[in-house]
This record gives sequence, C-alpha cells and structure tokens, in this order.
Amino acid sequence: MTTDLTRSEPLVLGIETSCDETGIGIVRGRTLLSNTIASSMAEHARYGGVVPEVAARAHLEALQPAIEAAVAEAGVSLQELDAVAVTSGPGLAGALMVGVGAAKALAVSLGKPLYAVNHLVGHIAADILTGDDVEYPTVALLVSGGHTSLLLVRDLVSDVEMLGETMDDAAGEAFDKIARILGLPYPGGPEIDRAAASGDPDAIRFPRGLSRASDLAAHRYDFSFSGLKTAVARWIEQCEAAGESVPVADVAASFREAVVDVLVTKALDACAQHGVPRLLLGGGVIANRRLREVALERAAAAGVAVRIPPLSLCTDNGAMIAALAAELISSGAEPSTLSFGADSTLPVTEIQVRG
Amino acid sequence: MILGIDTSIGTAVAIVDPAGRVLAEVVSRDPRGHAEVIGDLLVRVFREAGVDPVEITAVAAGMGPGPFTGLRVGIAAARAFALGRGVPLIAVASHDAAARAHVDPAYATAGAAPVEGEPVAIVTDARRREVAVSIYRVERGMPVRLTDAHLVPRASTEPLALFGAPASELPETTSISAAALARIAAERLSAGAADASAAEPLYLRAPDVTVPAGPKKVGT
Ligand SMILES: [Zn+2]
Repeated sequence: MTTDLTRSEPLVLGIETSCDETGIGIVRGRTLLSNTIASSMAEHARYGGVVPEVAARAHLEALQPAIEAAVAEAGVSLQELDAVAVTSGPGLAGALMVGVGAAKALAVSLGKPLYAVNHLVGHIAADILTGDDVEYPTVALLVSGGHTSLLLVRDLVSDVEMLGETMDDAAGEAFDKIARILGLPYPGGPEIDRAAASGDPDAIRFPRGLSRASDLAAHRYDFSFSGLKTAVARWIEQCEAAGESVPVADVAASFREAVVDVLVTKALDACAQHGVPRLLLGGGVIANRRLREVALERAAAAGVAVRIPPLSLCTDNGAMIAALAAELISSGAEPSTLSFGADSTLPVTEIQVRG
Repeated sequence: MILGIDTSIGTAVAIVDPAGRVLAEVVSRDPRGHAEVIGDLLVRVFREAGVDPVEITAVAAGMGPGPFTGLRVGIAAARAFALGRGVPLIAVASHDAAARAHVDPAYATAGAAPVEGEPVAIVTDARRREVAVSIYRVERGMPVRLTDAHLVPRASTEPLALFGAPASELPETTSISAAALARIAAERLSAGAADASAAEPLYLRAPDVTVPAGPKKVGT
C-alpha cells in the first residue's frame, strides 16, 4: 500500500474532528488547496460551552458534505490523493472517533496510506501553509477553548516538547465562563472583547494564575484560569451585594488583561529561557485582538519575532492536519497502521501515531 | 459486491455478492474499541472475500440503535467508504439485520425454522437500565417490522404487544450480522433503493445535556 507513495509535494486530505469544528483540508505539499470547515458552535450556544455529544453528532452529519466541498474546491478527485490524514488526539474522544472511523474507511476504499497525527502539532504545521519560510526552533503558544499549551518546537516532524499547559480550564473556556457570569452570550471571546473596548484594563487587579515565585518553581510554563474565574465571580458578587451596578466594561477589560498578561509573559519567558527569538501563535483565541496586540508589542521589545497564521488556519481545521502529514511524508515517515484509536490525551511528543 | 458495516453492538463487517451470498464476514465482539478495530476488520474482510475495494457497488450502514459513540464509528466509516468509491450508501436499521438473521435459514442463528405469522422481538441493550425493542412478524418467511425501535425500561413489567411478556424476559440480541445487513441492502438495491447517506442514526435519545441555570454563587 505504501510502495508508490509520492514523497515530494504529496496530495493529502486531512480530517479534523477533535472539538466542535469538522475540518477537511487538502494540501499539495505546502500549498493549501482547500480549508473547509463546518462548525457546530451555534448548537452549543444555549449550553454555554461545547457539549461533547452534540459535537460528535454534528461531526457525523457534517463529514461527508465537508469532504465533498473540499474536493470540489481543491479541484481534485479522491482517487488522486497520495494519502489520507486524521487527528488521533488530543481532543474529545467521541468526536475524534467519528473522524478516525471515516479516515480509516476512506483510506481502505481508496487503497491509500493513512497518517494519524497530533492535533497540537497540527496547529504548528498550519504556519507552513502561509507560504513564508518557517524557521525552527520556535516557541509556540496554542490557545483555544480546548487547550492552552506552550511548546518548544525544534523540528516539526521529530522534536516537539511540551513546556507547559493549563492545569484546569483552557483560556477559551475561561472567556466563555466569564461571559456567562457577565450575562454575555456564547462564545465568550468576541463578546468579552466587545465589552472590554470601552473598559479600563487596569481598573481591577485580577490574579495572574501560577505566576507567584512559589508557583513558578514547579509550574513556570503552566497555566491556571480557575482561580481567576472565581476571583471575577466574587468581585461581581461583592459589587452586587453592595448595591452597586457592575461596571461590565471594566470587569471585561481587567479580566482579559489578566489572561493576556499571563499568556504573553510565560511565552516570552520561554523564548528568553531557551534562547529562541521566535514565537508562533495558534488556536482560536488568537482571534482576540488584545492578545495579538500585547504579544506583538512585548515581543518586539524583547527582540522576539512573532508569527500569526491567518485566523482560518489558527482555529481548528483539517488543512493543518493534512499539512503535518505532508511534512511527515516528505521526511520519509511510514504510514500509521490501521489499529490506532482516538486518544483524548495524546502527548505532544507523539507527533504521528504509528498504531 | 456489497459491503456491510455495523457498530451498534460490536464491530461487524461483511461482503456479500449481489445475490446476497456471503463472501466473508469478520467480527469484533468488543463492545468498545470500534474506532481501533474498524480499519483492520475492513482489510481482513476484503482479503478473506478475495475482493478488491474497487469491486464494491454499494455500502450498507447499520444505523442503530446502539450506544452512540460506537454506533457513529460504523456510520462514519460506511459513509466515507461509499464516498471514496462513489457508490450508494444504503441505511439499514440494525434491528432489521438482527431480525433477518433470526428467521433466515441462511444465517441460522435461531436454529429453528421461522413460524409463519409468529412475532419476533429484537431486544438490545440501550444502557441506563433500558433496552431498545423492535417488533417484527414473520411473513412469507421474512421479518416485517411492525414496531420501530423504541426504548423500554428494563424494570418494566408491562407485557409487549403480541408477546404477553415484558421486554426484560425476552432474549437479548448480543451481535448484529453485517452479512444480513448487506443482504437486506442487496435486496433493496435490486428493488431500486436510492442513496441514503443522509439518513439519521437511530439514537432514540436526545443528547445528554442540561441548559445551565444562572451562574453559581462562589461565596465570599
Ligand atoms: Zn485546537
């Protein structure tokens, strides 16, 4: 099945179903041919967060139309593919399994090799599709509703190290929860951004999780947002108990500042500590304007070059999965066997799951 | 050649020829691990049948009922396979395949010949102390569905229509025949069935979620 695999500029279809976006991407080597995304975000709005069963059902319904749309947009046929790629993890188990089942059957039906890859490393691979030369090593900060991770990438296909990650909520989740406390709709990120526009980021000093000297010893690059969430909720309760109206703009701006501050501070600390003057941002929370602003400003001051792929490649998508597989193929990696499963806690060091 | 895939209980994959003859059938009885085994089972069924994927002319998908997470793996696989080959997908209720396997001597799971006019209940585990039940009657040697799959509490003492016994006292089906599934699809195809890739899975339950109440107090 692998003997005639084209290793240069392989045509790869990637399937991503780790959270609430059904992503189908098609790449030829480092060239993006289609990045088709069907999101079930609206279906989760009334619950204030991603509901795994709702997401999994939506993936099953969206997969076939998304594959058809991607193939049509790319102007290729499924038979022309050199390989199929799929996210094996990390992510929501039931959601991942939909993609894994489809990818295996698609690969067998076409007689093509299958590459099972790591979602987080996929986020890093998205940067390759921007067409610019990518330099390693780089520190990568991946922030979404599902993960908050700080990585050191020495080589995309062979050497990715997890420096730290969130110990509780993902940053995106924190935005959703605070939005709910403030009576704002889901998803919280854009709503907090809007509310914060007229607020003072320094109005309230909310805590920066895992930033005290005592925490830094063991959790220098880890994140925690649950304490921040509690602090905001408590502050609002006290305000209401005192019979005052809640200054929503100031609360939103101060909360956002606390999140952004800790993310950027730890990312730049990682750059300094590892002597890496490059920072890659990825994940849906990168859409947050204040995060980009502060990251660019402070990185410039620290002499660190920041790369931010277009937002359509930052949010979860299948193109990044296809791109990572294409890099693996070009580097000579053998396909995965067909016996891998969905691994909701797949470590970032497992860039490809062999099965 | 028709490929049948069912993951409503274990993982079952079969290939039948257009006349419904079984060329190969492979099964994993593991009630979990559907995503892990589906690929290897597909490769094995093609090898054992001596058939190449390009020879598949339709795919039959077992639509449940069954535990959601596993059930979806088979439906996703069936849809993707049909898409990859550009062939129609025939959606079949998994209980229909079980009923067929129960009464059709070709599958011989019952051991006894079906009795004309006799009712057949297909009962499968639905978790949460419930079973999924469909009721058929044997007509001209074939099961005809009288009642669609529905959930019944295991503790229910209410006799099922036609049976005089509650669902909990009836034998439970613990595997679905992908061959019977594919054979049903073969017959529907020769009767002119169209692609049903958009057919919905038989979940029988809404997603398990509750709309959150207002924010919880954290206290001071
Ligand atoms: Zn992601």
